Amino acid sequence: MAAENGFAIQVQNLSKRFGALQAVNDVSFTVKRGEIFGLLGPNGAGKSTLIRMMTTLVPPSSGTAIVAGHDIIRDPNAVRERIGVIPQNMTSDPELTCAENIGIHARLYGITGARRRAKTLELLEAVGLRDRAGALASTLSGGMRRRLEIARGIVHDPEILFLDEPTTGLDPVSRVSVWEMIGHLRVEQGRTLLLTTHYMDEADRLCDRIAIVDRGHVVALDTPVALKASVPGASRIEVQFEPDLPGGGAELQVLPAVKSVRPLGSATYRISSDRGPASAQELVELARDRKLELKSLSVASTTLDDVFLHYTGHALAEVAETAPAGGHMRGGH
Amino acid sequence: MLRALALVERDMRKFRRSPALLFASLGLPLVQLIILGNAFGGSIKNVNLGVVNLDHGPKSVDVIERLRAVGANARIFLPTDYADEGTAVGDLREGNLGAVLIIPRHYSRDLLEQHQPRLALITDNSEQTVAGAVGSAMTALVNSINTPEVSPREPRQAALDVVEVYPYINYIKYLLPGSVALAIFVTAMIGGGMLFIDDKSRGLHEGYMVTPITKWELILGFNLSGVIKGVLAGMTLLVLGALVAQVPNFFEPVRLLGLTVMVILTSIAFIGMMFFLMARISDPLVPRAIFGVLNTLLFFPSGAVYPIAGFPHWLRVIAECDPFTYAVHGLRTLLLKDVGITAIGADVLALVLTSAFVLAGATLLFRRTL
Repeated sequence: MAAENGFAIQVQNLSKRFGALQAVNDVSFTVKRGEIFGLLGPNGAGKSTLIRMMTTLVPPSSGTAIVAGHDIIRDPNAVRERIGVIPQNMTSDPELTCAENIGIHARLYGITGARRRAKTLELLEAVGLRDRAGALASTLSGGMRRRLEIARGIVHDPEILFLDEPTTGLDPVSRVSVWEMIGHLRVEQGRTLLLTTHYMDEADRLCDRIAIVDRGHVVALDTPVALKASVPGASRIEVQFEPDLPGGGAELQVLPAVKSVRPLGSATYRISSDRGPASAQELVELARDRKLELKSLSVASTTLDDVFLHYTGHALAEVAETAPAGGHMRGGH
Repeated sequence: MLRALALVERDMRKFRRSPALLFASLGLPLVQLIILGNAFGGSIKNVNLGVVNLDHGPKSVDVIERLRAVGANARIFLPTDYADEGTAVGDLREGNLGAVLIIPRHYSRDLLEQHQPRLALITDNSEQTVAGAVGSAMTALVNSINTPEVSPREPRQAALDVVEVYPYINYIKYLLPGSVALAIFVTAMIGGGMLFIDDKSRGLHEGYMVTPITKWELILGFNLSGVIKGVLAGMTLLVLGALVAQVPNFFEPVRLLGLTVMVILTSIAFIGMMFFLMARISDPLVPRAIFGVLNTLLFFPSGAVYPIAGFPHWLRVIAECDPFTYAVHGLRTLLLKDVGITAIGADVLALVLTSAFVLAGATLLFRRTL
């Protein structure tokens, strides 16, 4: 069973260096039992390396982690028996059927005979692949294949389930079905889930708590609500005038509740405000006073994108594009 | 231990679903056995021989009669008469003739006067095997001319009679042991080396490594399933090849048992060797790139196609280090000679030592982490 202190995972000063690259740099955090915990960050931030260390696939350069009550370095096999892992790359065998993929994985956990057959059927049913039991994994769609991977990962009823980018590369419909499945996994079993993602909406929707990972560091860790509240300027307003406001929008800065103004060009401004609706009303009145037309006006509350920008100083998408391809870990494809 | 069986089950299910691997592994050695086995080692026949008789005396007629006798019986030569040497050599150069025999002027007279006349044989040495066969047939013919027709009271010449201890062995039977070993080798390459690296690069190993399977169980599982495939390929080729090459008394139980032991040991050694070579490789192109080199380096020096006795010294050293050599020797001993298991003791020992070495090496190199 997991440690008595109520933590499913305790990461203690984990670091990993690949040659000159410090993939993970002195990371510590704890995951409570029964929690869905997210590691959010762009490709190359070190999420996969972190998860691979926690799941005993990659030995850390320094530090350690207590996973399901066992030390990943001193007792890796005890950890492996208690965790399920759904790696980022599909690791089910394309030349085996769905039932065979699950059955062989069961055997790797020492589950054999009638128990293995029953478990295989039960899991195929649970992930909605009962009618594809005899189909080769290579014939499945991306979403079905991911569900098969999930079924395989929970064949031994693990205490903790690790999902490395569970919806990367899936179409929107498949993403939603995987999200639902992840919800069930927790609700039904009271299981701890740790997932990595570079999708803000996914982290926001699924996770109880989120650690924002950037360049090998955890830069922020809290619930999605608290993270969003911690960003000054809880609302984001985008406004476009016709013709342009004279003075480059300096007068917008002095409106009540406005935290910052950023001209985006073409007479458009992005405004951070503590009170979005009130600021929007002020903008409408300003335009009427100056006889300007408001070509567009939108008000959005803070997203995790803003949180990411706030804590890392750069947008998530920017990093994803400029990150060195495949440089963050060995064996990454 | 039981977890290793998961890997075996996986491979056997795939193997049963698509036996393509078995056909791929058997294709090369089987085609090689049938084509090379029939192409090489046949006796040379029907060589066109131009005969230029410049003598026309009674002894030259004797030579030509003997030639015609060889042409009629062993059919090594098809003699044709030529009037002059120039035309005959011209035809030899153009490839119409395989050899030209010239009986010199005054041959009969010189022979009677014991002046030791010389017959000339001009051969096309761009075809060495044909030239060699014609040369030795002609030497035998000349020797027969020299043999006195009346035996002297006390024979003074020693004679050599060659006795072959085994029934007639044609080349296809000689080649069969090598083909069996080659089938196992190709299986080890495709079903062992390539599959291992492909699975590794496709991330399947990552899926195994997150489970509690130990390093030992992984190594056992990979090797055991490879050995089963190697034994299947080796035994299939052994039976097919023995039928094609018509090995006498092939199905005799003790011999079959010995052959099975050899096939199993060879499979363990080859699969282990492949695992040893691939333990640290992750690029799927590597096994494909070294396939041809390994095949040539291990198969041809093994004595599978040509006897090791004919090798230069350095090549013999390679042969002695090559596990293929012992596999081929052991299988050949059992297939072609009707001897007991004890005759393959050295081969068995060599294969066991090879297996121990490569498996120990592979275990040292293999890592259970990414």
